[in-house]
Formats: sequence, structure tokens, C-alpha cells
Amino acid sequence: MSVKLMQGNEAIAMGAIAAGCRFYAGYPITPSTEIAEILSRELPKVGGKFIQMEDEIASMAAIIGASIGGLKSMTATSGPGFSLMQENIGYAVIAEIPCVVVDVQRLGPSTGQPTAASQGDVMQARWGTHGDHPIIALSPTSVRQAFDLTIKAFELSEKFRTPVILLTDEIIGHMREPVELPDFNSIHIPEYRITEPGLEYIPYRNRPGDVPPMASFGIGYRYHITGLLHDEQGFSTQVIPEIDAWVERVNSKLEKHIEEIALVEEDYQDGAKVGLLSYGCSARTARHALKVARAAGQKVDMLTLFTIWPFPEQQVEALGERVDKIIVPEMNLGQLALEVERIVGRKKVIRVGRANGEMVTPQMILDAMEGISK
Amino acid sequence: MNEHITQAHGMENHEMLIPQSDWFERSTTLQKLRKNKKFPTIWCPGCGLGVVMGALIRAINHLGLKNDEVALVSGIGCTARMPIYLDFNTLHTTHGRALAFATGLKLARPDMKVITIMGDGDALAIGGNHFIHAARRNLGITALVVNNAIYGMTGGQYSPTTPVGKRATTAPYGNIEPPFPICELAQAAGATYVARSTVYHALELDKILAEAIAKDGFSVVEAVSYCHTTYGRINKLGTAADMMRALKENSVSKTAWDNMSEEEKAANSHKIIRGVFHNIERPAYTAAYDNLIHLAQGGTK
Repeated sequence: MSVKLMQGNEAIAMGAIAAGCRFYAGYPITPSTEIAEILSRELPKVGGKFIQMEDEIASMAAIIGASIGGLKSMTATSGPGFSLMQENIGYAVIAEIPCVVVDVQRLGPSTGQPTAASQGDVMQARWGTHGDHPIIALSPTSVRQAFDLTIKAFELSEKFRTPVILLTDEIIGHMREPVELPDFNSIHIPEYRITEPGLEYIPYRNRPGDVPPMASFGIGYRYHITGLLHDEQGFSTQVIPEIDAWVERVNSKLEKHIEEIALVEEDYQDGAKVGLLSYGCSARTARHALKVARAAGQKVDMLTLFTIWPFPEQQVEALGERVDKIIVPEMNLGQLALEVERIVGRKKVIRVGRANGEMVTPQMILDAMEGISK
Repeated sequence: MNEHITQAHGMENHEMLIPQSDWFERSTTLQKLRKNKKFPTIWCPGCGLGVVMGALIRAINHLGLKNDEVALVSGIGCTARMPIYLDFNTLHTTHGRALAFATGLKLARPDMKVITIMGDGDALAIGGNHFIHAARRNLGITALVVNNAIYGMTGGQYSPTTPVGKRATTAPYGNIEPPFPICELAQAAGATYVARSTVYHALELDKILAEAIAKDGFSVVEAVSYCHTTYGRINKLGTAADMMRALKENSVSKTAWDNMSEEEKAANSHKIIRGVFHNIERPAYTAAYDNLIHLAQGGTK
């Protein structure tokens, strides 16, 4: 393929097609709508289906239904719609149905500022649905990475039977960059589901850390899927040992494979006393500040998180051991910084947050660095 | 014993009187119950939901559908527990969203018969928006709405079909909200098959359910039932048997209704009309989408 000027939202849509996504249900919302528009055009070309639902609650429900029917499925939205999806995201967690939810973050709360960028949904992505649960959230820093992480989102969702949030933002979603996409035929996601009938099948077999393979409906395994806490057969249960077994398995299934899920980039310099830790659009600002600081002769570490949830604790802890201070630039008032503080301690963390729709500037980060050296 | 039922059970009249040791194996109706699911059901003794479940099984049997090609999708509530007991692909979803989940499933598997099973609160209050939009799209799903005019599972709160003046735990002075007419709503929204019967008229329910499931487009069956433990108790309507009898006495077939004079209709206006209200052909969504794929891939109209 040739180099093309492409928007982040377009890269996400193409990443979905490349990953084998064949069902999209969504509801129009700025700044994610291009994803729906492109997939309404592209999905039928590959035999897939697009449907515009009556709201985001229905959209989330429909992609779960289609996934149960055997199709890789996705929806895309922004803050207000993401809020509406939360109950059914919880359903996908408890019923362990693979699906991908793209959240192109905009300024909130409520209607907020629909065309302004934000990273204000970090905690909603983690705890938006009620109850203790695991979740995966990935956050790209470029248009090309939006394509790659969309594919990764599908792979992780199928492998771990979980909804995966692609937590991007208005800047990455609407920014255009020249990208060269790989040949879609070269992209291969292994089949994690049971595809043949006749096997002895326990849909929710409980072994700690394990992900029992999923059988789609209609291939010969007539089992029960429910949002109630359930036993290994899928039937609701109030038996404490059965609930405990479920809680332990499901809440450990991501942590036990964290090395595979935690995607980060470590750009470290020996002797650095200060580190930058960022993600999404703010990582681009941080990279610029890093370049300026290093050009001025300062030694600085930078850790970019592409996986936000589960939180890459090990890598953050390692950075904390290398440097005295960690600056966390982000387009919110410290949602991810809170997690960094949890790992390395409050005194080590400097928040550079902003929640007015304006990007964090490189100067704000450089000022924070200067403040440390004073 | 009614001939229809003995046929459905695959046995002769005299056999019904003395259950045989292989009774379960020989009953085509009971064969549709899950063997690995603990019974009894969660429903109160005397509940009408068992009748609806029997009618649903008999309708599916009548159509000769294989268990693997049927999916039952439900939301939350007493009615929504029905799929759990049945040996099909069963999906018990979130409150009000059965039709939205079913929409995704049906588009992924147009070859499957997708039946949603909802109560009146599930289908018309929290799920009301999905109900009218599913009807508008005419996606090939059957919506079975069991209408008992109350929220039973949470203990008797008024629902969108509770009649004006009736009491509920949240309407201690009597309900002041007019109810939704389910069948009229479904027809206006675009459903291609709309029918109503009651749990007293079980055989009629078998027949209309079979017709609804056979339909290519969106079909709606309102099964009027009762909740003697909440609605019946609060409104002093007697036992389950009394409420079942009331469905017999206070309902009239559409044929009889259509033949009534205006005076007779006025005298019977409180009665439930049973029958098929709407049965038309309109292009179903899945066929329209197949055509869309054909065009998107360069095909001609």
C-alpha cells in the first residue's frame, strides 16, 4: 500500500476491517462519527454489517449480541455515549463476550465541549461499570498506532474474552498524518473460539487465571449466557464457593497475562533524575518537551503507556526506581497521575493536567522540570 | 385430555393418565426443557408464565425447528427467566435490552430464529425505545411480551400497562398513568405481525406464537397473564385460579368483537380482545441488508 494522508478515526475504521471486524453498531456522536461513516461504507464491501442503533445503550447491546453470534464486533463513541454504554460493558465483562469499544474522548462532564479534546475518561474506562471487574484499555499516540492498536484490541478481546476499550482522543481521532498501512492479508488474528461442534463443553470452566474458550451461538452448544453471577455451566448461582471461583478466575485472567497485555515504550537515559510519563495525545507533547530538554543537555527518561488498563505497574515502578520525580502530563486533572502516585508515592509525582480543551503545552512540562531543579 | 396436547407430548390419551418411567424421554414438550438445570422454576405457584413457556415450546415444536437454530433472548424480570429452563441458545441480558442484543445476534446469524421474551416493564418502559425501533426496522425477531400489568420481581410496582385506578406498591392511591396499548403500539411502529391472547387460552397462544415465529419480519405476541402475588393481592383480585378465570370471562375473540354492534362493543369495552390484529408482508431487514451488501460489492439492482 502507498503512503496516505489519514485521520486517526479513519485508521481505526481500517484497523477494524483489517482485524476481521464484521459488525459495527453505533450512534452518531462527535468526535467519533467518522468511524461509523467509514464503516457504513466499508463493512458491506467485505460482507460485514453496519447498523445505526437508536442510542448507545442499544449499540453496546447489539455488538455483544453479534459477537455471541460469531462476528468480531465494535462500536465507537465519545464521553456521553460511553457513559450510556457502561451497564452493557459490564455485561460483556461478566458474560465474557469479546468486543471492542472505541472512546474518542472529548471534554466533559456531560455535553461539555463536543469538539474539544480531553483525556477525561481514563477512570470511566476503568471503573465506569459497577462492581469489581477486569478491563483492558489501549491508547494510541499516532494515527498509525491507532490502526495497530485497533487490531491489538480485537486480538486481546478474543483471547481474553473481554471488552477492550480503545481509549483515544479528539486530537488523535481528527489529526491527519501520512501513514502506510500494511497489506491486510498479512494481518492474522488466531482463532480463539471453538468452531466445531461435538466437543464436551463447559462454557465457564473455573480455573484461576484461565480463559475458557467461547462457543458462538448456533454451532451446536446450547448453553446459557447471563449477566447474573453464574456457575461453570452459565446458570445463575448464589453458592458462595461458586461465586468465589468466578471472582478469582475472572479478576486474575488479565493480571496473569499482564506481560502480554502491558504495552509501553521506554526511552531512558542513564543518570536521568526526572522522568516523563504520558499517553495518548499528551505523549506527543511530552516527546517534544523531552527533545527540547535533552537538546539543552538535560538527562530525562520517558515512559509512554499504550496500555492504560490494566495499569502497567511493573514498568511504572521501575521508572520510579530510576528517577527522583515523575512528571505526568495529561488532558485531565490528574486521573492517571493518581495511579502513578499509587505505585511510586505522592511525593515523586508532579501533575501537569489541564481540563479546558486546550492541549498541555511542551512549555508547561519544561516549566515543571525547571521547578524541580530549583 | 385435549388432542393437541397429547399430540404435542407424543402419546395417546390413556398414557397421559399414568405417567410412564420413560415419560420425560417420550414427551416432545418436556424434551425442550434443560436436563442440567435445577427445577422448579423461580415462578410462584399458580403463575401464568408456565403456560406461556409451554405454548412457546409447542409453537417451536409445531414448526419443526431444531434446538440449535433457535435463540431465546430476554431482559430482566420474572418473564425474562424463562429461557434459562429451555434447551436452546439462551441469552439473559440486561433490563430492557433484549431486543437490542437480539438485533446484533440476528444480524450475525440471520439463519437462526431469534425470539425475545420480555415482561411489560422490560419491553415497554426501560425497553420501550428498542421496542419501537425494532418494529420500525422490521428485523426478523419475534417479541413475546408477557403482560401482567405489574413489576412482579421487585414486588408490585406499577408498570406502563397497569390500568388507571389500579393499585401498586408505588401507586398506593391508584394509578393515574394511562397504559400503553401494546398491540396498537407495535402495529403503528411497523411490526408485520401483531397478535394477542391470554394464558387461559393456551392453545390459541400456541397457534399465534407459531405464526409469529414463522414470520420473516418483526412479530409481536402479547400474552396477557396475571400476577396474583402482587397485583392480585394489592387489588384484591383473589387467587391465581380466580385471576385465570377472569381472563376467560373478561376476554373476547377478535372475530366475536368484529361482529358486535356498537352497543354491544360499548357494553364489552373493558374486555381484552384476543386474536391476530395485523399480518402483512413487508421487506425484512436482513433481506434488505443482503441486497445492500450486493450493491456495495459492485452488484446491480
